[in-house]
Amino acid sequence: MLSALTLQMLQPGLGQRLELSLRCRGDTCLDGVQRREQSCCPASFVSTLSNLFPSLWPRWKNWWVRGILTLAMITFFFIIIYLGPMVLMMIVMCVQIKCFHEIITIGYNVYHSYDLPWFRTLSWYFLLCVNYFFYGETVTDYFFTLVQREEPLRILSKYHRFISFALYLTGFCMFVLSLVKKHYRLQFYMFGWTHVTLLIVVTQSHLIIHNLFEGMIWFIVPISCVICNDIMAYMFGFFFGRTPLIKLSPKKTWEGFIGGFFATVLFGLLLSYVMSGYRCFTCPVEFNNDTNSFTVDCEPSELFQLQEYNIPVVLQSVVGWKTVRMYPFQIHSIALSTFASLIGPFGGFFASGFKRAFKIKDFANTIPGHGGIMDRFDCQYLMATFVNVYIASFIRGPNPSKLIQQFLTLRPDQQLHIFNTLKAHLVDKGMLASLEDA
Amino acid sequence: FLSQEVDLDERFGELDLRNDSDIPDVPPSTDSTPEILKRALSGLSARWKNWWIRGILTLAMISMFFLIIYLGSFMLMLLVLSIQVKCFHEIITIGYRVYHSYDLPWFRSLSWYFLLCVNYFFYGETVADYFATFVQRREQLQFLIRYHRFISFALYLAGFCMFVLSLVKKHYRLQFYMFAWTHVTLLITVTQSHLVIQNLFEGMIWFLVPISSVICNDITAYIFGFFFGRTPLIKLSPKKTWEGFIGGFFSTVVFGFIFSYFLAQHQYFVCPVEYNSETNRFVTECEPSELFRMKKYSVPPLLQAVLGWESVNMYPFQMHSIALATFASLIGPFGGFFASGFKRAFKIKDFADTIPGHGGIMDRFDCQYLMATFVHVYITSFIRGPNPSKLLKQLLILQPDQQLDVYKTLKSHLVEKGILQPSLRG
Repeated sequence: MLSALTLQMLQPGLGQRLELSLRCRGDTCLDGVQRREQSCCPASFVSTLSNLFPSLWPRWKNWWVRGILTLAMITFFFIIIYLGPMVLMMIVMCVQIKCFHEIITIGYNVYHSYDLPWFRTLSWYFLLCVNYFFYGETVTDYFFTLVQREEPLRILSKYHRFISFALYLTGFCMFVLSLVKKHYRLQFYMFGWTHVTLLIVVTQSHLIIHNLFEGMIWFIVPISCVICNDIMAYMFGFFFGRTPLIKLSPKKTWEGFIGGFFATVLFGLLLSYVMSGYRCFTCPVEFNNDTNSFTVDCEPSELFQLQEYNIPVVLQSVVGWKTVRMYPFQIHSIALSTFASLIGPFGGFFASGFKRAFKIKDFANTIPGHGGIMDRFDCQYLMATFVNVYIASFIRGPNPSKLIQQFLTLRPDQQLHIFNTLKAHLVDKGMLASLEDA
Repeated sequence: FLSQEVDLDERFGELDLRNDSDIPDVPPSTDSTPEILKRALSGLSARWKNWWIRGILTLAMISMFFLIIYLGSFMLMLLVLSIQVKCFHEIITIGYRVYHSYDLPWFRSLSWYFLLCVNYFFYGETVADYFATFVQRREQLQFLIRYHRFISFALYLAGFCMFVLSLVKKHYRLQFYMFAWTHVTLLITVTQSHLVIQNLFEGMIWFLVPISSVICNDITAYIFGFFFGRTPLIKLSPKKTWEGFIGGFFSTVVFGFIFSYFLAQHQYFVCPVEYNSETNRFVTECEPSELFRMKKYSVPPLLQAVLGWESVNMYPFQMHSIALATFASLIGPFGGFFASGFKRAFKIKDFADTIPGHGGIMDRFDCQYLMATFVHVYITSFIRGPNPSKLLKQLLILQPDQQLDVYKTLKSHLVEKGILQPSLRG
């Protein structure tokens, strides 16, 4: 309560309101008003800031705290990008584990189930199993040659599904054996809670990694669009906000929503223009066997080569150009930003509804002014799935090396059949002369 | 009805979730035994009466099973689909009852909508592979197939947004619980029914042997327990005994062994199901694979003394059937214990009253689910590689230059292996 006293001394008139804002108990804060500034910041940090900017303090305090933390997170983001795909993969994994931990902790709090020690072990065990399964599949695809060289890895990858299933089954049987009389319902609830959390958190973090391997631009542009939409909608709402958008989140407004939409589309166009020029962003991540490291070096695909587009007549008068040189990827970025602005917020509303349902203010207190990791990433999850589905449907086909892998496991007669069909198809298309060529 | 301002969340929050005492009592299930049976069995004592009802219904179900098998794979697929829908309905109804959420009419529509979406996604992925030739001919279907994932995702998203928009003040927690309940149910029932169908398409024997092993294990464990049962097995199911468990295990292995011997001889059961576009029907005709050709095995010296033979003619599939039967007897029951725990947690006697003497469809199928996943994983790990027609389909989608690369790699591989002669032209 020391911090409350400090603030009261600085701003006697507003001390009452600010003092109310810091009355926190454990994970949850008592508040009657849905104001973000009443989150539980570490008291020392807030009091330091309040000492630095006494005159700006009253209205803009929350703005400053959030602003500084936002800049800190964005800087951190840039550093990680600079460090490369491997570090990014690690970061995604850490974020996933932290999100899982946050949601499971909420479950424990809701169900008072700290008395069931087995449960924590089992939840983490299931997390491990599902991660093992997904990482094994991804690793087998992308590190195919590395895996084939090492004998133990080869066996693990050949029987990967069976091993993952056996591990999962062990967890399932342990759960059944751990059922205790009088606590059945609790245990089933935690089992259900764990599985839904795994479904949300783990599958989507793996989709993010798949997008990342497709090319860093497929990772950076969607995430930046969601962040930009958050920030822009907040700013538009702050300055122009009048009409409430949805009862779930009273602070969101239509002005913020629409302003955020246009700003995000524009931002996406500009960002993809800048990024498409660099190979390190546009090339798929590959593992180089000789140097044993990741490389991003390739011939840029069609998407990342400048092309001339005719401007529709309507816009010609506005913009004054007849044609414009753009990357085809920028057209895709419009689709991505549109999704981020229109559907992404539904992920945020879902999380808001969840927090109200379980009467929590934030998922956790990890980031001052922002809440937990999950609070920052709630809109990202829908985005990750969308980008993955988008890429699979519209951008690239299947992975050729994976197909070759699968081909090699077929029986000889099946291989011959496929080979002949492919050959006939290529001859049809005129790709192959009807006589054998090398 | 929602204007009745009973804050369901508040009431729910007050429920003491630390023990199960607050679950509302479910009215005792009505006795749906037909009158005929009741009159016929009126003279017997309660113990034998139950035995007779269960026995008659068991025979009825087994006969229906044989009938469906006779009708072919397509009927089987429809049967699996109806069972899946019924199981989903049973579990969702239990959820409604537990959470008193009949007052949220949106929820029923949303649950069924999600079931439709997930089924659409899975059927589109699996069935489209098998009906490739049928699909190639129709233009509209081509479009649906090419953008299948995107369309399924869009449909699911629409449901998700509807859910978010339907969140009503004071009912948030209930709605989130039903959302989660629906998703877990989908995960359990729908994914596994599709695995069952994929096993079926691999060859009817991969569908019949696992299911019969589970049923046999159920029946023989019950019989062994009935006659010899002394030591209880697990607190969850007081009627199960160690004698029943072990006796059931050995009988199931023997049963699986003998049953697969008979099935492996007929092409109808052994061949993968294929769709013939000319006759527009399913055909099961092929050259039986290695698994289904008799081989000579030497009997290990231990058993030689017992059996008196030195070698025996068996199908390799019978070795696999031992693995399947073992799983059905040892791990399958865990599925049953899980369902028993679930029923106790929510204080219900049976999932539903559909089958007299047996309870609901879910009661009969609780052990099958783990089995279906196991068989599928077993097949993909140990038996067959990927599906050739699916592989071909994916090859044809590639970019032309990628196709050329792949072609060259494949060619060099085949020449290396001697499967393709370098001088062969076309």
